[in-house]
Amino acid sequence: MSAVIDILISASFWAAVIRIASPLILATMGELICERAGVLNLGIEGIMVIGAFTGWMAVYQGLPLWGGVAVAMAAGMMFGLLHSTLTVPFGLSQHVVGLGVTLLATSSASFAYRLMLPEVTSPPKIAPFQPLNVPGLSDLPWLGDALSQTALTWAAFAVAGLVAWVLYRTPLGLAVRAVGEKPAAVEAQGLSVTGLRMGAVIVGSGLMAVGGAFLTLSAFSSFFFEMVNGRGWICIALVVFGAWKPGKAVLGAILFAAFDALQIRLQQTPLGAALPYQLFLALPFILSVLALILMSRRAEVPAALMVPYNKGER
Amino acid sequence: MSSTGPGAEVVLRLDRISKSFGALKANDAVSLTLRRGEVVALLGENGAGKTTLMNILFGHYLADDGGVEVFGQPLPPGKPKAALAAGVGMVHQHFTLAGNLTVLENIRLGTDALWSRGHGGARAKVERLSRDFGLAVHPDAKVGRLSVGERQRVEILKALYRDARILILDEPTAVLTPQESEALFATLRKATALGLSVIFISHKLHEVMAIADRCVVLRHGRVVGEVDTHATDKGQLAALMVGGELSLPRAEARVAGEVLMQLDRASTPDRGTVPGLRSVSLALRAGQITGLAGVSGNGQAALAEIIAGLALPASGSISLRGVPVARWTPGEALAQGVARIPEDRHHQGSIADFDLTENAVLESYRSRFSRRGWMNWRAAREFAQGIIRAYDVRCPGPETRIRLLSGGNMQKLILGRAMASDPVVILANQPVRGLDVGAIAYVQSQLIAARDRGAAVILVSEDLDEIIGLSDVIHVMSQGRLSPAFVRGTMTAAELGLWMAGQKFEGADAA
Ligand SMILES: Nc1ncnc2c1ncn2[C@@H]1O[C@H](COP(=O)(O)OP(=O)(O)OP(=O)(O)O)[C@@H](O)[C@H]1O
Ligand SMILES: [Mg+2]
Repeated sequence: MSAVIDILISASFWAAVIRIASPLILATMGELICERAGVLNLGIEGIMVIGAFTGWMAVYQGLPLWGGVAVAMAAGMMFGLLHSTLTVPFGLSQHVVGLGVTLLATSSASFAYRLMLPEVTSPPKIAPFQPLNVPGLSDLPWLGDALSQTALTWAAFAVAGLVAWVLYRTPLGLAVRAVGEKPAAVEAQGLSVTGLRMGAVIVGSGLMAVGGAFLTLSAFSSFFFEMVNGRGWICIALVVFGAWKPGKAVLGAILFAAFDALQIRLQQTPLGAALPYQLFLALPFILSVLALILMSRRAEVPAALMVPYNKGER
Repeated sequence: MSSTGPGAEVVLRLDRISKSFGALKANDAVSLTLRRGEVVALLGENGAGKTTLMNILFGHYLADDGGVEVFGQPLPPGKPKAALAAGVGMVHQHFTLAGNLTVLENIRLGTDALWSRGHGGARAKVERLSRDFGLAVHPDAKVGRLSVGERQRVEILKALYRDARILILDEPTAVLTPQESEALFATLRKATALGLSVIFISHKLHEVMAIADRCVVLRHGRVVGEVDTHATDKGQLAALMVGGELSLPRAEARVAGEVLMQLDRASTPDRGTVPGLRSVSLALRAGQITGLAGVSGNGQAALAEIIAGLALPASGSISLRGVPVARWTPGEALAQGVARIPEDRHHQGSIADFDLTENAVLESYRSRFSRRGWMNWRAAREFAQGIIRAYDVRCPGPETRIRLLSGGNMQKLILGRAMASDPVVILANQPVRGLDVGAIAYVQSQLIAARDRGAAVILVSEDLDEIIGLSDVIHVMSQGRLSPAFVRGTMTAAELGLWMAGQKFEGADAA
């Protein structure tokens, strides 16, 4: 027990929590925007892979780190455009299109990788984002260590704040919230259902890709095919956990990251020696499922989620 | 030239609008003009094309032919935004409000540029409008929690907030209580006095007579008549709509048979502000129409659920032919011959994306239309076709998805389905809501015919004329309580009204 408390009060633990949460927050915000507009984006897993790959490759080819982020975002938006064209004006099944986008994005990443680096056996490294030295903050005793984070992490939290602000404080956000609930209301007020939904999916997909790029440009320094490793699916669960609200979703991401950071550290304690390590690997997922069940009982699902809208039909 | 009335400026001109859905001509060269300060009623049977015409005017649908002019300017087709900008406001037959947003948010939606911060002053304007027009709603209430009457007010506020000069109301009173309808008319009178023009769609001719200056009648997508309201009467309007004389059926008194279903001191818990049943005892007899009068939201829904097998009373009992029931589910109720015409045809009565055949056999596909687990689709289709013919359901055919039907036609299909199983107990919950006069006469005569075959009919309605005209015995519901039974001919509408208001219950309780 005291081992757990030791872990929980250490600054390095919290630094890890924030680091693990950052890509989840970015991609969760992306998914949340899509779903608030009424479109389930199951392309998230593949779009994160594409983001991780293109961001890393762009930097490897000589672009600055922020250039890599921009390239990843643009690549994600391209796949968002594909997804939304098929699901919004054409009204195809969002499940089928989403899984298709995930497959397409994942395989295009491996195809491009082989094409661009035919000879390589282990992927080349890049110089990733370094922890930011914030004057005043970094010198504080415990907090300074916990908040020793890269610029992309700070950006992730800023994005979450921005999404919340846009969603709840601007006419654009109002329209997005309305189009996921009752597209007929949006149309009757003279706005374009198609435009809003496609815009939301494109921007949301861009954020997912940046979430993926976080892995190669900030968390690690290279690209592996398995590195996204189901994080996209976690983000979909986090949106539900957060009841489609940005603040709660960020909390969910931090909670999941805490379980994840905890299990790694628990494996190194005497307890970890006694129990099979698979149990620890499963811990964040088990606890997430439990939290999901508790939290989402009373959530208000966007009423028109996954319901295509056809103008001129009733 | 006066500023309102006959000589006034023309604000809206529809010119030879045509629109087809497949083989069906929903609008056929329809022309219509609207003047400043005028209320024009648009009348017509279910499926005559009223909503279609208004959807074209507002830009939801694209017309195949014809044009729209607002204040002398042609309106670009297919653009609700342009219609709104030109001063057209529309209250749709089915509300277009987002339930997760507040009243104020629903009203502001789309009024500010998307990339702006939005300007202040909206709340003050909404508050001023709701005061001026008598449209009381709380700006910060979540729309999902509002009653239909309140939602209706939000829809009108939406139009007024955008300074609409032309207001289209598509069956605004279909779901309102009589009191709420009165309040709506008061609002409309204020609006027209200020120079607004109104197109008003309703099947309730007494409302049309009360509020409209002029009536335009559509039949099968064509204008078949245009009359000044003060130069006509209800009978003539009804005849114009259906294209012939129409007599409302009246049920003659009959000797009732045995008790088919009985509720004994049934009680249910309250649901929010809607009261549950308070020790309700009720006997439904063969060959008798039992009328249940009352303003909706006074426990009728709870009673209907018990009869249909959707719920059991928390205390008290229900028995069939004198035998108390233990297991009571919708399937069991159907098997026992309880048919229902649900109040909410969209959510309880039908599955929107199923076609007419599938919807027609929803309640009987296992018993009548399948053998050894295989569906007999040919028989099902013939069955659906039979209902379509017998009940005059206007549609392209049995393979049409039911969501494409006009509201009245949907109701006719559900009625046909309920009657086809030769039910012994028929729960008719607001069976003529949204129906045209011809369809009403037809539905009512079918209910009488079912009674004459020996069925027990329970008719739930807010319309006292309907209740008095059809029922052999009448009960009134108020605050979850049930009045004693009144035999046909012993009660006037005024007396029933006192019971509905709840005043008489106090006296009865004391006695
Ligand atoms: N989008 C659509 N697709 C196919 N058919 C349609 C569509 N909209 C309307 N219709 C058909 O056009 C006809 C006219 O429908 P409309 O809704 O205009 O009738 P209405 O006069 O408003 O009837 P009600 O009084 O029942 O509301 C109906 O037969 C309907 O089934
Ligand atoms: Mg209509």
